[in-house]
Amino acid sequence: MRLSPDENIFWQYGFLVLNSTIVTTWVLMLIMTMGSILITRKLKVEGDITRWQGFLEIVVTTIQQQIKEVGLKNPRQYLGFIGTLFLFIAVSNVCAIIPFYEPPTGSLSTTSALALSVFVAVLYYGIAERGLVAYLKSYVKPTFIMLPFNIVSEVSRTFALAIRLFGNIMSGTMIVGILLSIVPFIAPVIMNILGLLTGMVQAYIFSILATVYIAAATRTRET
Amino acid sequence: MDSMTIIAAVSIITAGLTIAIGSIAPAIGEGKAVANALTALAQQPDASSTITRTLFVGLAMIESVAIYCLVISMILIFANPFWNHVISQSTGN
Repeated sequence: MRLSPDENIFWQYGFLVLNSTIVTTWVLMLIMTMGSILITRKLKVEGDITRWQGFLEIVVTTIQQQIKEVGLKNPRQYLGFIGTLFLFIAVSNVCAIIPFYEPPTGSLSTTSALALSVFVAVLYYGIAERGLVAYLKSYVKPTFIMLPFNIVSEVSRTFALAIRLFGNIMSGTMIVGILLSIVPFIAPVIMNILGLLTGMVQAYIFSILATVYIAAATRTRET
Repeated sequence: MDSMTIIAAVSIITAGLTIAIGSIAPAIGEGKAVANALTALAQQPDASSTITRTLFVGLAMIESVAIYCLVISMILIFANPFWNHVISQSTGN
C-alpha cells in the first residue's frame, strides 16, 4: 500500500521526478490563480456586484477577521501569507470528493514545505516588526537558561505542524482505502464526509497556528 | 524463530501497542477539554466564538499526539525500514 502520492511517478529523468503530488499542486495553483484573476478582472464598488465577487469578498473579509481576532494588529499585512496557506490547504483537502484525486497535503513533502514557510515567515515578520536585536533577545527571555528550550520549541513546532497535517490527511485517505476492501458500500462514503470535515478543520488549524506563532513573534513586550 | 520472523512479529505487535496505548491519553485529554468547554459555553454563551476557536485549536494540538502514534504504527506496518533492510539482505544474497 502506498503511504503518499509521492510514489505515483508520471515522468522521470535523472534526478528530476514528476510525481502525482507536484502535478496536483500545480493544477490546483493554476485553477485558483486563474479563477481569482478572472473574478477580480472587473471589480465593482457601486451597484450590484457579481456573485463571484461577493464570494471572494466573503472569503477575504472572514480570513481578515479571524487574523484580527487572534491578536495581530494589522491584518492586511499578513493576509497574503495566511490566506494563501488556508485557501491552498482547504481547496486541496476539499477536492478529495473528485474521483482519482489524491490530496497533495497527504504527502510529507508538501506539508514540510508549508511548515518550513511558516518557520521562515515567523523569523521574517518577527525581525521586520521588532528589529534583529530585539527579536534575538526574545530567545533569552526570561533567563539565559531558556535559550536551548526556546530554539527546540521553535524547531519542534515546525515539525509538529508538518506531521499533524500529513497524518490527518494521510490517515483519512488510508481509512477509506482500508474500508473499501472490508465494507465497500456505505461506510467509505461516511468516512469520506468525515474526511472533508477533518480537512477543513486542519486547514483552519494550520493557518490559525501560523497566525498564533507570528503573533507571538511580533508581539512587543507590554510591561 | 529466525530474525525475519522476529522482526515481523515485533513490528506488528509494536504497531498495535503504539496506537492502543497512544490513543488513551489524547482521548482523556480531549474529553476533559470538551467537557470544560461545554461548561464554559453554558456559563458564558456570549463568549462562544472565542471558546469554540480556542477549543478547536486545543483539540487539534491534543489530537496530534494520537496522529503521531498513528503515523508511527503506519510506518511500522507499511513502510518498515528494518523489514525492508532484511528483505533486501535476503534477496541480495
